[in-house]
Amino acid sequence: MAELQLREAIRAAMVEEMDRDEDIFLMGEEVAEYNGAYKVSEGMRDRYGDRRVIDTPISENGFAGLGLGAAMNGLRPIIEFMTWNFAFVAMDQLVNNAAKIRYMSGGQFSFPIVFRGPNGAAGQLAATHNTSVEALYSCFPGLKVISISNPDDAKGLLKSAIRDDDPVIFLESEFMYGMRGEVSDAEDYTIPIGKARIAKEGDAVTVIGHNKSYWRAMEAAEMLEADGYAAEVIDPRTIRPFDWDTVIASIRKTNRCVIVDESNPFASVASEVAFQIQARAFDDLDAPISRVTAKDTPAPYAKNLIEYYLPSAEDVYRACREVMYLD
Amino acid sequence: MALMTKSAVLHNGQSDVSYDTIETKLPFRKYPGDRFTHSDLGLNVADIGDIYRNMLLQRRFEERSAQMYGRQKIGGFLHLYIGQEAISTGSVYALKPGLDSVITAYRDHGIALALGMSSNECMAELFGRKDGCSKGKGGSMHFFSREKGMFGGHGIVGAHIPVAAGIAFAHRYKNDGGVCVCYLGDGAVWQGSFHETLNLASLYQLPVIYVIENNQYAMGTAVDRAAAETDLFKQATSYKMPGSLVDGMDVFSVCQAMRDHVALARKGQPSLVEIRTYRYRGHSMSDPGKYRTKEELEAKKNEDPILRLKSYIIEHQLITNEALDVLDVEVKAEVAASVTFADESPLPPLEAIYEDVYTQKDFPFLKI
Repeated sequence: MAELQLREAIRAAMVEEMDRDEDIFLMGEEVAEYNGAYKVSEGMRDRYGDRRVIDTPISENGFAGLGLGAAMNGLRPIIEFMTWNFAFVAMDQLVNNAAKIRYMSGGQFSFPIVFRGPNGAAGQLAATHNTSVEALYSCFPGLKVISISNPDDAKGLLKSAIRDDDPVIFLESEFMYGMRGEVSDAEDYTIPIGKARIAKEGDAVTVIGHNKSYWRAMEAAEMLEADGYAAEVIDPRTIRPFDWDTVIASIRKTNRCVIVDESNPFASVASEVAFQIQARAFDDLDAPISRVTAKDTPAPYAKNLIEYYLPSAEDVYRACREVMYLD
Repeated sequence: MALMTKSAVLHNGQSDVSYDTIETKLPFRKYPGDRFTHSDLGLNVADIGDIYRNMLLQRRFEERSAQMYGRQKIGGFLHLYIGQEAISTGSVYALKPGLDSVITAYRDHGIALALGMSSNECMAELFGRKDGCSKGKGGSMHFFSREKGMFGGHGIVGAHIPVAAGIAFAHRYKNDGGVCVCYLGDGAVWQGSFHETLNLASLYQLPVIYVIENNQYAMGTAVDRAAAETDLFKQATSYKMPGSLVDGMDVFSVCQAMRDHVALARKGQPSLVEIRTYRYRGHSMSDPGKYRTKEELEAKKNEDPILRLKSYIIEHQLITNEALDVLDVEVKAEVAASVTFADESPLPPLEAIYEDVYTQKDFPFLKI
């Protein structure tokens, strides 16, 4: 096992795949000469040259569509968005083209492409720079959506995403790029898309969280541990397709569930997960499903307000105690 | 040049500061009608017959489609290409089949047939049948054929423009010698995607030709009601690429222009072509066309690209009237057969709804 930063794990995945397959290229704003806005692609231009690591002007709609055309015509692009907030101007390409052209062509064309970049809250940047897009893109059949929480999953899942023949939305986090973690150095390490990870086993309550929310779930589980309760923590890792089997099996064991999701609450990932659990495991529930999300407002700038806006470990801990009828 | 005069006028009455005028050498070429003969293009009598048949097939196919739409055999929108056939046919005769790629917007029947997609698969698609070119999942606006290099048929105005750059990018990346032709309407010029992409194409020197089919109306909005600069080909200057203006009612002018631009693309030079044309029908079947006068429509019908080619053929005694009549009968029979084919093709089975969403065969779709 090697200890890598999240950004290094993502880079390692891209480099291993680009070494293996000449048809893969990386394109985005500042990915080449600048070495990546968050240094994810550092050194890659030196390694592969201007042909395969390509800077773009600030034209997200343009280069997202360019990537799709290249995928349609036989290449395997990795398109980096500096953040997913900036990809809203490219939504036409992602929603109308990436998700739908294969279907409308009766399966004649496919899109082996990865769109990746940081998602969700990134600090005191105010509302336009703090959006969570996982629920949004998961609405569209034709896309796959992955949201990672640690370097090992980042490497294994990004390699799988690059090899996948369908378009993948790959969600990272500005806050986590510097996070260190053990990464498998198994040769050709991949993690299957659509498989959740049980991060911590327990029988008292199931806590589900992805990306940064996974860490809030783990912190809350520690607090519960101090109270003498073992929470089961699940990181879904892939949002679309979602691993219902793992979650439902856990609910059958714990009979209680808290979903942590830093999106705004309405029609969020938490909403769909809660619906599916009640539809599939109603008789196994001993308490209403609870969720901890961002407030139902745009993200504020002031330090105290943005902290209040996001789910905290304490919020998750309280929600767990509530569904366990402890308070 | 005009820009200088205009800037002087625009600035008139503004504060008393000096200003520079812009001097641009515009690398534009003009391809007027009646300028090129078939011999100029190196076309023989057999080629002329093929070109005539190719255009006629599009016309007859769409006339029948309109009829079938009236009989409710076809659903949704139906945008007819009638009047614009010189563009599809003229450019197909400038391309290498099996190598080059083509992508267009939603008025896509003409180019699909011109590329050699069969009347059967196209009519079956309009009917929403299993044997349609997109298995009944795309309909009129979404004809695709990987085999013929037809990358669609796209329903959102401007959305396919960046995709074309990517197709061209892949041609260059693989160094396969292919080029991509992207057709768009005059309305699409005012989407941001057009400007983002022309910049990208020029910046990366992609083998792509953007062809504006200027049929004078974006749905019901005349070009001069949508465009600050109505000479659409002049957009090329902003992106440092060659531009041309072509008479789209003359198939030979189109063919010559497209050959020149394809040659540029093969050398890695992207370019912009504005082809002035006219659609004789409404924007779609529901459009009575009240935004234009009958006189304008009738005058344009005198320029009908198919009748024009027919007159040329007769005038130059290339094919006899009788032989052209035989061709017309053949084409009508082919189209009639495609209606029978489409009618007899089965509806797509309900389970097909989950097919072709992903390449992954066992994707776990939500069913509750």
